[in-house]
Amino acid sequence: MTEEVEAPQVSVNFFGEDGKELGGAGILVPIDISTNELQILCNQLLENSEDPVPISFFTDDGIEIRDSIQKSVEKIDFEKTLKLVYQPQAVFRVRPVTRCSASIPGHGEPVISAQFSPDGKGLASGSGDTTVRIWDIELELPKYTLKAHKNWVLSIAWSPDALKIASACKNGQINIWDAKTGEQIGKTLSRHKQWVTSLAWQPMHKDATCRLLASAGKDGNIFIWDVIKGAVVRCLSGHTASVTCIRWGGEGLLYSGSQDRTVKMWRVDDGVMCRSMGGHAHWINTLALNTDYALRTSCFEPSKRCIRPETLEESQKIAQARYDLAMKTAGGERLVSGSDDFTMFLWNPTETKQSVARMTGHMQLVNQVVFSPDTRYIASASFDKSVKLWCGRTGKYIASLRGHVGPVYQVSWSADSRLIVSGSADSTLKVFELRTKSLYYDLPGHGDEVYTVDWSPEGTKVVSGGKDKVLKLWRQ
Amino acid sequence: MPQNEHIELHRKRHGRRLDYEERLRKKQARAVHDRSQMAKKLRGHKAKLYHKKRYSEKVEMRKLLKQHEEKEQKNTVEKPDQGAVPAYLLDRQQQTTGTVLSNMIKQKRKQKASKFNVPIPQVRAVSDAEAFKVVKTGKTNRKGWKRMVTKVTFVGESFTRKPAKFERFIRPMGLRFKKAHVTHPELQTTFHLPIVGVKKNPSSQMYTSLGVITKGTIIEVNVSELGMVTQGGKVVWGKFAQVTNNPENDGCINAVLLI
Repeated sequence: MTEEVEAPQVSVNFFGEDGKELGGAGILVPIDISTNELQILCNQLLENSEDPVPISFFTDDGIEIRDSIQKSVEKIDFEKTLKLVYQPQAVFRVRPVTRCSASIPGHGEPVISAQFSPDGKGLASGSGDTTVRIWDIELELPKYTLKAHKNWVLSIAWSPDALKIASACKNGQINIWDAKTGEQIGKTLSRHKQWVTSLAWQPMHKDATCRLLASAGKDGNIFIWDVIKGAVVRCLSGHTASVTCIRWGGEGLLYSGSQDRTVKMWRVDDGVMCRSMGGHAHWINTLALNTDYALRTSCFEPSKRCIRPETLEESQKIAQARYDLAMKTAGGERLVSGSDDFTMFLWNPTETKQSVARMTGHMQLVNQVVFSPDTRYIASASFDKSVKLWCGRTGKYIASLRGHVGPVYQVSWSADSRLIVSGSADSTLKVFELRTKSLYYDLPGHGDEVYTVDWSPEGTKVVSGGKDKVLKLWRQ
Repeated sequence: MPQNEHIELHRKRHGRRLDYEERLRKKQARAVHDRSQMAKKLRGHKAKLYHKKRYSEKVEMRKLLKQHEEKEQKNTVEKPDQGAVPAYLLDRQQQTTGTVLSNMIKQKRKQKASKFNVPIPQVRAVSDAEAFKVVKTGKTNRKGWKRMVTKVTFVGESFTRKPAKFERFIRPMGLRFKKAHVTHPELQTTFHLPIVGVKKNPSSQMYTSLGVITKGTIIEVNVSELGMVTQGGKVVWGKFAQVTNNPENDGCINAVLLI
C-alpha cells in the first residue's frame, strides 16, 4: 500500500493592489495549490463567487504565480505567511489578431494616422494626400473622403462621444468633421503657425457634449478650442520648443511634453501652468496617462458591447464611473514620458514634481509609451527594435519583447491587457503576449514601413497603415 | 558710302532734331497700319513669304507674353510634398534606410523579363586569350593544355585543388578574393562584404563556373550586416551586386548592389 504524501502547507495572505488585506489571518493552503483554486478562494473572499473574475497572483517581489505556488516560488518560507497580491483581470478575453481581413487602398500617399472610434464602430485615417477618410468597418470599404486640408494630415482624434473627428495638418490647420455624415463642422481652425503635432479632446465625464479640443503645435503653443464656436478659448504658451505630445487628464489638467525637455502641467479652467517637470536630457517624444484607455472609451463599456447610452447625462455618469474605477485600480493619475535620451520617467504629477521612477534600458530613443488598459503595465516602443514592458505602478522593468528587425514606431494594447501589437519600420506588425512575454504572432503584409497601429477599443480588430499607402485591417 | 561716322558725330555736336521724339512716336504708331496695308496689297510669292514671316513673329510674341504672364502670376495652389511622414518623424533627419521598396513585385517583374536592369549594361567581352595564359607542361615543355587564369577569381571555401596532372585551370592564390566593396545605391554608402559566389560572368559560362570576376560580373554578396528585410519580415542575407571596376588592375573589387 502506498501512502499518499501530503503536500506541505503554507499560510497565505491576500492583499489588494492598494495594500489592503483581504480576509483576516493567513489561510493555510497546500503549496501545490493551483491558480484556479486560488482564484476560487480569492473570489469567495471578495464575495463575488456567483460571477467569478479571473485573477492573477503575484508575490511581494513581483513574481507571478503560475500553475502552483510550489512551481513559481523557489524558496518558500514556511514559517512566515506568504503575501500574495491579487490583481483582478479583465472579464472578457480579446482574441489575438492573426490574419489580414482587408487591405484597403484609397489613399494616394502614405497613411500617417489611423484611429478607431471610442466605440470601435468607426475608423478614420489621415494621409499624406491631404485627405481624411472614414471607413466602413463592417464592409471594409471607404465611406467618406474628407477634403479640406492643404497638407499632410498629421494627427487624428475621435471625440470621446464618437460623433466628431478632429484632424490636423502640417499647415497648422485643424478641421472638425461629423463622423456620421462626413461633413465639416464649423470652419477651419487656424491659429498655429507651424504644424500641429498632437490633439486631445476634453474627457467626457467633464463635458458630455465634447466641446473643447486641445492642440499642440511645433511652434510651442497649445491652444484650447471651442469646437462649436470655432474660437480659441485659451492659449497655453510657455514651452520654448515644439510641443510633441499632449494628454488631457481626467482631473481637469492638461499635460504637455516638449522638445524643450520639460513636461508641463496646465490647469485647463484658468490656463495656469501649475507644474513644470524636468529630468529628461533630450526631447520628450511621447506621454501616456494610466487612465488613457478609460478616458478614450469614456461611456462605451467594451464588456457591454460598447452600447451608446440613451442620454447625455447617463453617458456622462457612465464615463465618470469608468474613470473612477480606473483611478481606483491605478491608485492615482500617473504620467509616463518617453524621450530621445533613451529613458522614460514615471511621474505622479498631481502630487509632486519629483519623478516616481526613471526607466532606463532602451538603447535608442523611445518613440511611444502606452499604459495598458488595466493601468498595470507600460509598453514602450523604441528605435532599438524592441518593445519593453514596465510595471505601471513602480516603473520596474519587466521584460523585453524582441522580434522586430527595424525601429518600432507604434504599439497598441488589446482591451483586456493581455496582448500588444506593434508596428515597425521593418514593414511587419507583431503581436506579443503578456503571459509568456514573447512573440505570439507575426503579421507580415505591408509593403513598407508601418507608421500607425491601433487596436480597436473593444478588441476585435487592429488597423495599420504605412508608407505603402494601404490601410490594413487585421482580425482574429 | 560714308567715309566716317558723320551722322553720329553731328548728333553728338548738335543733338537731334527738336521734333525727333514726336516723329518717332508717330512713325511707330503708323507702322502697324502700314504693315497691314502692305499685307493686304501683297500678292503672289511675296505675300506667301511675308505672311510666313509674320506668322512666326506672332508665335514668338505670344510665347513671350505667356512667359511673362506665368512669371507674374502668384502661385496659389500649393502642392504638398511627396513622402509624407508621421509627426513623430518630422523633426528627425530622414535616414535613407535601405528599405525593400515592395521589392517582391519589382523582382518578379524583372524575373519575368529575365533580365536584370544592371548599372553596367554593356560589358566588354573578355576573350579566352586575355583571361588565360597557356602554361607549358611536359618534360620538354611541349604540351600546352594547361591554363592559368590571369583575372581575379572567387574560390569557394570548400575548394581543393585537383592533382597537378588533371588540373586544367590554375587559379593563382594571389588573385583570389573573398570580400568586395559593395556600394548601396540608395544609401550612398559602401560596405566591405564577403562574397558568396559568382552568379554570372557575361563573357562566358565557363568564367562563371570558374568564378572569374571581371568588370560587369554579377556576384552574390552577404548583406546580413545591412539588416535588410523582405516583405515577409525575414532578414535578407544574400543579394546580387555588379562589379564596376577592373579588379585585376585595381587589386580590389568594387561593386554596386542591385536593388
